[in-house]
Amino acid sequence: MIDLVVVGAGPAGLGAAIAAAEHGLQVCVVDEFVKPGGRLLGQLHEEPDGKWVNGIEEAQKLYSRAIELGVNILCGVSVYDLQKVDHGWCVYTTDEMIESKCLLLATGASETPIPIPGWTLPGVMSIGAAQVMGNVHRVKPGEKAIIIGVNVLSVAIARELQLCGVHVESILLPQPGILAGDAAQPEKMMESLLRLSHLAPSPLIRMGGKWVSPKLGARLFPKNGFKMWGIPIQLRKTALEIYGENQVEGVRIAEVSASGDVLPGTEKTVSADFVCIAGGLTPMSELASVAGCSFCYVPELGGHVPLHNEFMQTNLAGLYVAGNITGVESAKVARAQGKVAGLSVARVLKALTYGGNEKLHSAVEEVKETRKNALIQFQPGIEEARRELYGKFDETHKKTLISI
Amino acid sequence: MNSMRVEHHPVLGDLENQKEIKIYFDGQEYTAHEGDTIASALLASGIRTLRLHEDKATPRGIYCNIGHCFECRVRVNGKNTVRACLTPVENHMQIESGTPLSASFIKGGTL
Repeated sequence: MIDLVVVGAGPAGLGAAIAAAEHGLQVCVVDEFVKPGGRLLGQLHEEPDGKWVNGIEEAQKLYSRAIELGVNILCGVSVYDLQKVDHGWCVYTTDEMIESKCLLLATGASETPIPIPGWTLPGVMSIGAAQVMGNVHRVKPGEKAIIIGVNVLSVAIARELQLCGVHVESILLPQPGILAGDAAQPEKMMESLLRLSHLAPSPLIRMGGKWVSPKLGARLFPKNGFKMWGIPIQLRKTALEIYGENQVEGVRIAEVSASGDVLPGTEKTVSADFVCIAGGLTPMSELASVAGCSFCYVPELGGHVPLHNEFMQTNLAGLYVAGNITGVESAKVARAQGKVAGLSVARVLKALTYGGNEKLHSAVEEVKETRKNALIQFQPGIEEARRELYGKFDETHKKTLISI
Repeated sequence: MNSMRVEHHPVLGDLENQKEIKIYFDGQEYTAHEGDTIASALLASGIRTLRLHEDKATPRGIYCNIGHCFECRVRVNGKNTVRACLTPVENHMQIESGTPLSASFIKGGTL
């Protein structure tokens, strides 16, 4: 029986593996994808100081450090079941069954699809799929893109697709309806976009971030949209349908009012050879559910998240969570959370040497600091929502866990 | 045809020293790069339709590209339901697209 199995080789999983292995623990990391790094792999953005952050390099650094520490990393291996046994967990993978004293779920987040008519046509893919295709596999998903869904992720990836040589025709809203939810509301999307204002090269949105209310922003929004990196962002246009015989040929669009209602008589078609759907991210918590851990619904964190405390412990002994499974945030926050989880496991397995408690507490502080300085806030109110969640955990589970 | 490759990238740099291998999709030969997934190799060659839906026979391709949605399932070297987006290519790999099921396999169908 090894000390720790980590599911997910993204920034959280590798961060945890490194922290645990640095304290002498025997760690195995399992990931379904062909390469380690998780969603770091696709990331590429320019910091306000003009420096590019290349996720592939970041992933390589984490991977090398983990290997150097003797962490066993299995890629292309899926986990399909978990079982609590005496003093540990059984992890059933497509490769072999692994037994460990502790288990960390760092499975990340998955994209929320917006099933508008025509979305199953070849050439329609999630925005993250296009990102991985372009930046990781170095294949363009097409020549001319329309992106459906205006949010921080879609705008950032539109820019990345542009760097891959793709022409991004426009970014627009999905058709209003129960499945699209807020994603079809110009005012809500303006609010989400304003949180990106410090990164935006457009003076309208940069100024907007400081003083325009989302409501006013959506009203004042020019009917033909405005441009970021030359890409028209059209909060007042909506995609009604993706059309094409055997693959994507274009999108039927219409104009919408500030509250998202389709204006009759404004329909037209725009040609494109691929379409990306950007419905936002949801914590990927299936394995936590299989493990039987308690959940909380926290909209600010992206949906249902495993109940956990700030030391990344769940309500089940030996089960930990870190990264986007605990709430959608940036890769830097995920990595910092991973470190907390790794140290937390080391603490429970009595591997933390002198000064260990201080280390763990300063790692918890580092998460808060990283969150405060994050360039992209996926949702407002993350800090408050987390405080409340941890409070709820302490109320119900303090007595059943090994105290820290 | 490799026109969909991002050979040059202003930040990530140029693609260099790519080792080429051969794969087969529905009997047709294609060139892939070592390190490609089945999905990326076929897309680079302009192949978007990976299967026809079992019931409706509508064309399907990749959707999520990271293994969640199973839209890209194909048959590889005789093995069914292999996710093209998670499976690295190998030299001489035989890939077959999914086809509609015969009427007898569909719920409500007759023998």
